[in-house]
Amino acid sequence: MEKRVLFRSPWLPWVLLAPQVAVIGVFFFWPAGQALLQSFQVQDAFGMSTEWVGMDNFKALLADEAYLGSFKVTALFSLLVAGLGILISLALAVFADRIVRGAMVYKTFLIVPYAVAPAVAGVLWIFMFSPTLGVVAYALAGLGVDWNYLLDSGHALTLIVMAAVWKQISYNFLFFLAGLQAIPKSLIEAAAIDGAGPWRRFWSIQFPLLSPTTFFLLVINMVYAFFDTFSIIDATTQGGPGQDTMILVYKVYNDGFKNGDLGGSAAQSVILMAIVIALTVVQFRYVEKKVQY
Amino acid sequence: MVERRPALTMLGHLVMWLGVAIVAFPLYLAFVASSHTAVDIVQAPMPLLPGANLWETYKTALLGGGEGAGSTAPVARMMWVSLVTALVIAIGKIAISLLSAFAIVYFRFPLKNVFFWAIFVTLMLPVEVRIMPTYKVVADLGMLDTFAGLTVPLIASATATFLFRQFFLTVPDELVEAARMDGAGPMRFFKDILLPLSRTSIAALFVIQFIYGWNQYLWPLLATTSEDMYPVVIGIKRMIAGGDAANDWNVVMATALLAMLPPALVVILMQKWFVKGLVDSEK
Repeated sequence: MEKRVLFRSPWLPWVLLAPQVAVIGVFFFWPAGQALLQSFQVQDAFGMSTEWVGMDNFKALLADEAYLGSFKVTALFSLLVAGLGILISLALAVFADRIVRGAMVYKTFLIVPYAVAPAVAGVLWIFMFSPTLGVVAYALAGLGVDWNYLLDSGHALTLIVMAAVWKQISYNFLFFLAGLQAIPKSLIEAAAIDGAGPWRRFWSIQFPLLSPTTFFLLVINMVYAFFDTFSIIDATTQGGPGQDTMILVYKVYNDGFKNGDLGGSAAQSVILMAIVIALTVVQFRYVEKKVQY
Repeated sequence: MVERRPALTMLGHLVMWLGVAIVAFPLYLAFVASSHTAVDIVQAPMPLLPGANLWETYKTALLGGGEGAGSTAPVARMMWVSLVTALVIAIGKIAISLLSAFAIVYFRFPLKNVFFWAIFVTLMLPVEVRIMPTYKVVADLGMLDTFAGLTVPLIASATATFLFRQFFLTVPDELVEAARMDGAGPMRFFKDILLPLSRTSIAALFVIQFIYGWNQYLWPLLATTSEDMYPVVIGIKRMIAGGDAANDWNVVMATALLAMLPPALVVILMQKWFVKGLVDSEK
């Protein structure tokens, strides 16, 4: 799409673009190029010599049990976060859409977690679930559950999923509410006159009409679980116990900064970039479809 | 509402209450913890009603000098660092994006599409994916532990450019024609017509980017090593060290509440723009 009327100037557009291009050039294309280059190289521990190794880093990664394990953990984690987050927020949005009185108050409360930094959310949740001083851990002990997220990988995964979902509810809720309110009231009324109860109306009208929103949120929540949860994990389990909550993005950081494996870390970055690009392409194809609707 | 169903309305309120309770419980607990002394909290179970140490805890947190095992740097300084960082990121992103979107929409020049796609690609890759090399670039430029190092790499993203581009495309062409007929040059048109029209988009984007900047974690974790350049989100992390009993949990929780106060206020007070910004920027 283009404007019919354009300005003409041999130099002004370049000046206007310069700041943006300078910033993305230095802090985006240069480092991304470096990552791509490094993923084909091996450096010794002191950074003195660099050797070109071709696809070896990638081969080593794909043969590495820990890396494949990290893929599985990431898949499980992001499915749980996206699934639970979407279900809970959908339920909340459907009821919020019905309620007339006090809706504003509920809404204001429900959007607050959006403002909480993921790292802070993580700290709030370990405080509740810490085996020695957490209130919830204490209550669980009273019920006979021996809660310890530092030792039990199931508990650790539960903890990070809860914290990640808690943080993301606001976002999903707002999108579902906006989607529900965009559905014409006349459709709902017509169905009610035909004798459809609330349950039937939800499944036959509201849910199908919400499907673009749901799909969009599915992609966004997957991306969120892939990347933005880094700080939740760093503030809570740090990938432990063992490697059991080491999601891909945490492993890039862990291998690169803590273990000094630059080539391996760069190769992981490249694989992650490919995953994000794939997800983005899926999302954009879907967005185009929605426009044609 | 299409029919009266008191039972269903009751259920609705119940579900909403449940949702609010889930959201509010961690925050309430943090508040209670911040109103007790560190010793009170370590004795499980910790009290569930506010105590009398509120003032003392916040004073310790803001001015520093607590007795916890981790960092005891003053939170007041961290809040300042966070505020500057969030403002620079939000305003910087909006400013450079307005200019580049204006260039892309209103001018024809060689390589326009190349630039368009170059900016577009940056949408796809979050900082987390390219941390190692970005860190190296910033270190080589000597920008570690500076405000420039904290902010500039995060300004490199295309979301805002795209939002403004979408918006500029909806501005009627007649306005440009009229401005040209009245003898206005491109910058005059930008300043007197385009900017005032974009006010709501700018406000919406500001809310989103302010929160984005304030809540950054991974990047500041790498780019700062000295205590007086920690943003508050990093500060909390550094306060927690060693075993559970060794930390001043009351101070940690007070800091957590302080850290979420500014973004929460922005979200609540600017709710209308926030929702608009969220829904628009993802379209």
